[in-house]
Amino acid sequence: MPNKANIDVSYFPGCSMGASGNESNASLLSFCKNIGFNLIELKDWSCCGSSSAHSVDAELAFNLATRNLAIAPSTRPLLIACPNCLLRLRQAYIKLKNDKEYLEKYEKKWGKRFEPNLEIWHFFELIDNVDFNLEKFRKLNNIKFVSYYGCMLNRPPDMRYEKNYYGFMERILSTAGGIPVRWSYASRCCGTFLAAVRPEAVTEMVNKIMKGAIDVGAECIVTACMMCHMNLEIRCTIKRPIPIFHLSELLSFMSGSPITHSSMSKHIIDPMPLLRAKGLIR
Amino acid sequence: MDNNQRKLLSGPVYIDTKPNHLFSAEVAQKSHVDFNLCYHCRCCGNGCPFVEMMDFPPNSIIRLVQLGLKKEALGSSTIWICAGCHTCSMQCPMAIDMAAIMDSLRQISLEEKAKIGEPDVLAFHKEVLNSIERYGRTSKLDIMLRYKIKTRNLFSDFNVGLKMITKRKLNLIPSIIKGIEKFKELFKGKRNW
Repeated sequence: MPNKANIDVSYFPGCSMGASGNESNASLLSFCKNIGFNLIELKDWSCCGSSSAHSVDAELAFNLATRNLAIAPSTRPLLIACPNCLLRLRQAYIKLKNDKEYLEKYEKKWGKRFEPNLEIWHFFELIDNVDFNLEKFRKLNNIKFVSYYGCMLNRPPDMRYEKNYYGFMERILSTAGGIPVRWSYASRCCGTFLAAVRPEAVTEMVNKIMKGAIDVGAECIVTACMMCHMNLEIRCTIKRPIPIFHLSELLSFMSGSPITHSSMSKHIIDPMPLLRAKGLIR
Repeated sequence: MDNNQRKLLSGPVYIDTKPNHLFSAEVAQKSHVDFNLCYHCRCCGNGCPFVEMMDFPPNSIIRLVQLGLKKEALGSSTIWICAGCHTCSMQCPMAIDMAAIMDSLRQISLEEKAKIGEPDVLAFHKEVLNSIERYGRTSKLDIMLRYKIKTRNLFSDFNVGLKMITKRKLNLIPSIIKGIEKFKELFKGKRNW
């Protein structure tokens, strides 16, 4: 077992985690518990604005994002699980740090001072910040995987000085005996909301991604984004698709929690045959 | 690839509307992006996963703005198809924030009640925002049902929806935040969309 960290962290799940990504939410919570992070859900958090608010109204988008920054206690870091929520909140945060105009708007709107000491963490950063012994993790029995980052590591130019996490999932999972396979679609966007509006076009894109993974000989796809996971699962029409895991599901297993039938049954593409073949589940 | 794109790739395009010389300044001010750094290398369009659905590739949108061709830029499908995945900004040698330009163009087209290039995308955004206004959070089931009714397309994706419900991936009862009445004030006077 890894060394325990015992750190309190505020947790912003985001709308997807409660619904379509609830298996990811459960595994993230159990993983964090295993490595000693105490996640405290942000009280009365609200939607970050998603892809829609900034499309139609800049002020509304800013207010939706900053409402969550305003209610987050500055005494502990804020963990954001969803890459899109992270982007929205962090972009607002950077604006507040660098632009007095936005700062005034924020203070007028929420009637409190902006806390520049509030740390915002992505799930990757949380793992990266802990010094735990990966070699002590449970092994993944040579499962061959491709890491699918989608657009989560793409950033707008004003965030270009932030740390880059390409290769992060490969590094972690390979230390636990997974075999990373190189492929061409690691950072191809999954189509986000276009999956609802233009299903035919997104199906074509998703099939390309799935086929790309099968063609390089991967046995599963690993992703850290709930939206990517959902789009890949519901829009893929290829006959024998390979299962898609949330990164947190594998991490939760590696750090000591069992893989349960009830959580795996939430996958639309059934991962059970693969898990059985690899001896990861009985 | 559709006709517009083919035309753009094959040579000069002639668009016969009167250029609006203030338009470029308006977009620059709204987006805080200096798009005149663009030297039209087309990296953005080459990497864009959605370019095949767009009528103009991303750099052409910059060109339309530079030329003051407001009607064409605001009416294009490109600005609505762009999902803001930032693949273009990552590939842009001049680090131009294309997604911010697209955001501004969408906002301007709504403010000025321009013709919407992709009404379905806007209808979807509206339903997402309505859901946020109603509950403080998004409810996928609520959004999809209302969107399907609005676009009169209720039975497409029926199987997908059913699958998601049986896998308990759609919450039948939306989760509502506590301070919802106060929260709704954020939406006051915000109905130009």
